[in-house]
Amino acid sequence: MEGLLLEPTLYTVKGMAILDNDGNRILAKYYDKNVFATAKEQKTFEKNLFNKTHRANAEIIMLDGLTCVYRSNVDLFFYVMGSSHENELILMSVLNCLYDAVSQILRKNVEKRVVFDNLDIVMLAMDEICDGGIIMEADSSAVVQRVALRTDDIPLGEQTVAQVLQSAKEQLKWSLLK
Amino acid sequence: MNEEIGSGNPFQNIEKTTVLQETRIFNDCPVDSRKCTHILTKILYLLNQGEQLGTTEATETFFAITKLFQSQDVILRRMMYLGIKELSTIAEDVIIVTSSLTKDMTGKEDLYRAAAIRALCSITDVSMLQAIERYMKQAIVDRNSGVSSAALVSSLHLTKIAGDVVKRWVNEAQEAVNSDSVMVQYHALGVLYHIRKSDRLAVNKLVAKLTRMSLKSPYAVCMLIRIAYKLLEEEDSSGGASSYSTLFDFIESCLRHKSEMVIYEAAHAIVNLRRTTSVELAPAVSVLQLFCSSPKPTLRFAAVRTLNKVAMSHPAAVTACNLDLENLITDSNRSIATLAITTLLKTGAESSVDRLMKQIASFVSEISDEFKIVVVQAIRALCLKFPRKHSVLMNFLSAMLRDEGGLEYKASIADTIITIIEENPEAKETGLAHLCEFIEDCEHTSLAVRILHLLGKEGPRTKQPSRYIRFIYNRVILENAPVRAAAVAAMSQFGATCPDLLPNIQVLLARCQMDTDDEVRDRATYYYSILEKQDKSLANHYIVEGLQVSIPSLERALHQYTISPSDVPFDMKSVPLAAVPSAEEIVNPSGKGVQADGMLISTALSGSKVSAVAVTVSREESYAEKLRNVPELVALGPLFRSSDPVELTESETEYVVRCIKHSFPQHLVLQFDCLNTLNDQLLENVRVQVEPPDGYQLVREVPCPCLPYSETGTAYVALKFPEELGATIGTFNATLKFLVKDCDPATGLPDSDEGYDDEYMLEDVEVTLGDQIQKVTKTNFGAAWEEAGDSYCELEDTYSLSSVSTLEEAVKDIVNFLGMQPAERSDRVPEGKSSHTVFLAGVYRGGYDILVRAKLALAEGVTMQLTVRSTNPDVAELVTSAVG
Repeated sequence: MEGLLLEPTLYTVKGMAILDNDGNRILAKYYDKNVFATAKEQKTFEKNLFNKTHRANAEIIMLDGLTCVYRSNVDLFFYVMGSSHENELILMSVLNCLYDAVSQILRKNVEKRVVFDNLDIVMLAMDEICDGGIIMEADSSAVVQRVALRTDDIPLGEQTVAQVLQSAKEQLKWSLLK
Repeated sequence: MNEEIGSGNPFQNIEKTTVLQETRIFNDCPVDSRKCTHILTKILYLLNQGEQLGTTEATETFFAITKLFQSQDVILRRMMYLGIKELSTIAEDVIIVTSSLTKDMTGKEDLYRAAAIRALCSITDVSMLQAIERYMKQAIVDRNSGVSSAALVSSLHLTKIAGDVVKRWVNEAQEAVNSDSVMVQYHALGVLYHIRKSDRLAVNKLVAKLTRMSLKSPYAVCMLIRIAYKLLEEEDSSGGASSYSTLFDFIESCLRHKSEMVIYEAAHAIVNLRRTTSVELAPAVSVLQLFCSSPKPTLRFAAVRTLNKVAMSHPAAVTACNLDLENLITDSNRSIATLAITTLLKTGAESSVDRLMKQIASFVSEISDEFKIVVVQAIRALCLKFPRKHSVLMNFLSAMLRDEGGLEYKASIADTIITIIEENPEAKETGLAHLCEFIEDCEHTSLAVRILHLLGKEGPRTKQPSRYIRFIYNRVILENAPVRAAAVAAMSQFGATCPDLLPNIQVLLARCQMDTDDEVRDRATYYYSILEKQDKSLANHYIVEGLQVSIPSLERALHQYTISPSDVPFDMKSVPLAAVPSAEEIVNPSGKGVQADGMLISTALSGSKVSAVAVTVSREESYAEKLRNVPELVALGPLFRSSDPVELTESETEYVVRCIKHSFPQHLVLQFDCLNTLNDQLLENVRVQVEPPDGYQLVREVPCPCLPYSETGTAYVALKFPEELGATIGTFNATLKFLVKDCDPATGLPDSDEGYDDEYMLEDVEVTLGDQIQKVTKTNFGAAWEEAGDSYCELEDTYSLSSVSTLEEAVKDIVNFLGMQPAERSDRVPEGKSSHTVFLAGVYRGGYDILVRAKLALAEGVTMQLTVRSTNPDVAELVTSAVG
């Protein structure tokens, strides 16, 4: 049974990805040099993963020796990959954090177009969630707080993206002038 | 930003060179943070899409980015740190920003500090690390959890380049474990464990301390469970059990944790522990059972996957969950359904097989190869468990074989069919027919070759051998060279075993002699000329049986022969025979594969196969290698056979001695492996004195000069076998003799040069008939037996075996006693029969062939009629007399 439980380590996550509804990469990060070393391998894997997952909303799948948990909304697919021996629930907690953080950043408009509008913030959020395969933060509100969006002051609700951004910007300016 | 909202992806058409040009505006003063952020996002997006930057491009971009340190825009600054990290591996001279980052790292803005630490650690090297060490230590214990986490995670990354430096931060990490923040606690534990992992005592202490203080973070608890698990496993293999119960109790208590993550981790650990008893397993299984009915797919998946593993080692423990598993069969997640079914197949009854197979058939095409292999393995186990179900299962397998799938998947199906054919004679014809069909359309050369080989072996002995010829010859016409060669070899098997097919085979082989490939032509010519001779024994030796010697030994022997030219022709008999893999070794590779991982990853399977193959060549080989290094024993000639080690002492005594009996053509060498378990004694001149029975001559003793504490030394005794074969079987009294020097347990150095002689009684060494016989595999025993009828001498005798009551026992006894290889699976007794015949083949030392036919009949005890055919009458005599 050697290798069933691997060496205790913090390096839990092998990769994270956000794909669009055609299986194209919006953002993806792989943290283990031994897992999909080249961009080509990564994209082949993503296509494969997308084909296996976009129809069945089943939350978890084993593919190419990885355990992949996933979640989708409208035209976006969120994935978190870990070793096949990894605790699936830990991976799930990372996925939930990723999804919730993006959702909060996008004011619940979890759609491809809005992601592209806020790509910088989403990038920062992914970076805050996982650093080189180690889970940095699994609490979505902490992540959102760290990527510099002051969510607390703005009532969640009907504001449009533009309004929100505007107010965020103003707030920033204000905080800098202080 | 509104202008970018177009159709779909606004970043779609950006181009690398243009974007890199745009970085010029980073130099503007004051910085236009909105524009800069956008450009930086584009660069990072390109990198993320897999765009490659050259070193110069990267370096230029890197330096452009560093200009942004002047901006005070939070998002831009954060993006800049991200950019630094991304480019740090490609760009040159990145350490130039060390001071700027150090400034940010120690500054006031927490949002910058954490990010700056991470960026800094990605650009730093060992020499620079010294300079920032002080700040890192401070950051680890910082009050802000983000900063502390960033510092801890970065230190863990840094252990790869500067492990020693990070080791010095152990006190800070220790302090951080007590943090209130869940993530800091988790990261600190990771760092602490990494620093201490090579020191078991320290890890033990760490775990003992942390299990008492009840960590807040569920992640940290999961990590702690893994560490505890590892300690338990190590303890298990090293034999100690000092803290077993404490650690186990801790893991067990985690089953009642409030976080599901922790509960699952604990259950998973308990299930995987090697020595878990079914009592210890019960609570873990019952939490997994609860998870089975969870609304969360991931939880169900995790639970059923773990239960699947339990089912392999403790099927009974899972039976309680059968009802829950039944509900999961129709789960919308195919992976969960597959796992549930295979688990049920492992634990279920024969009656449910049909129903379950129908369920699987309904969705097998939708699941990934990994899971298909899991299904195939479950079917294999099922076939062995319920042989009567073979037709249902075989049909299912052949349907799967026709589906699309990779080599590994196809190979696992073919393997399963082959296993079924071998285990279950009734399934043979159908199985072979399925395989024939499969090779008609098989793109995997290695698989086709294997199946052709199997057809050659099994086909001739079916009722209608001729029907396979067409399939095989088709391969010769249609396939690539390796497959053609294998097909030629397979056809010749038919030619050698089925006389009525011989003329046709010869015609086909003659055609193959025109092949374009050398190997195919050579094989065809070789087989054609052998078959042309119409000589049964020639065909038997060179076609049916193949090469019996061990290939590595043959290679070495031939090499020896070529470097020392001699007039004597090379003698095949001088090459040691290949060891026949024992039944366990054959079963193990697959067993290991299954056990090692329910999911079966390709490397695991092929790896274990390779190692098993290595094992089969190794035993005599490795001993021969070892014996060659003892100069006193070189003269005895090639090693003929080595026995399994026999313990001559109890395992807990002061000196542990094991004996291995090596047979040479004329000599017997007893190898005594001695282990000194006393730490205050140094043994010298260790030898074993044996009192051989009459007829044996002591040739020489090779003592072991020195045997310190906890080391194993080897002493040899070489004896000449008696001329009279009957006297070779006997009992040797053995005594261990040695010179003791008392020594200091700490240093192992003797207190004085003076020692005293001592001795230690060992158990007797039995030399049996089996020690002098090497196993030989006969694929076609009937032919060999007939051939032996003319030229060998034959002896026959009848015995009544009163001590055994079943045929299985009798067969096992006789095989063990004679140390010969059962041919054609005759060691398996079909159920419910009252008589059985066993065929055994072997070679006696000196190269005398022995064939044994033992007819067994069950009545009161077991009656056995033993017929022995051998090239040497004395050997036949010896076998019959030894059995009595």
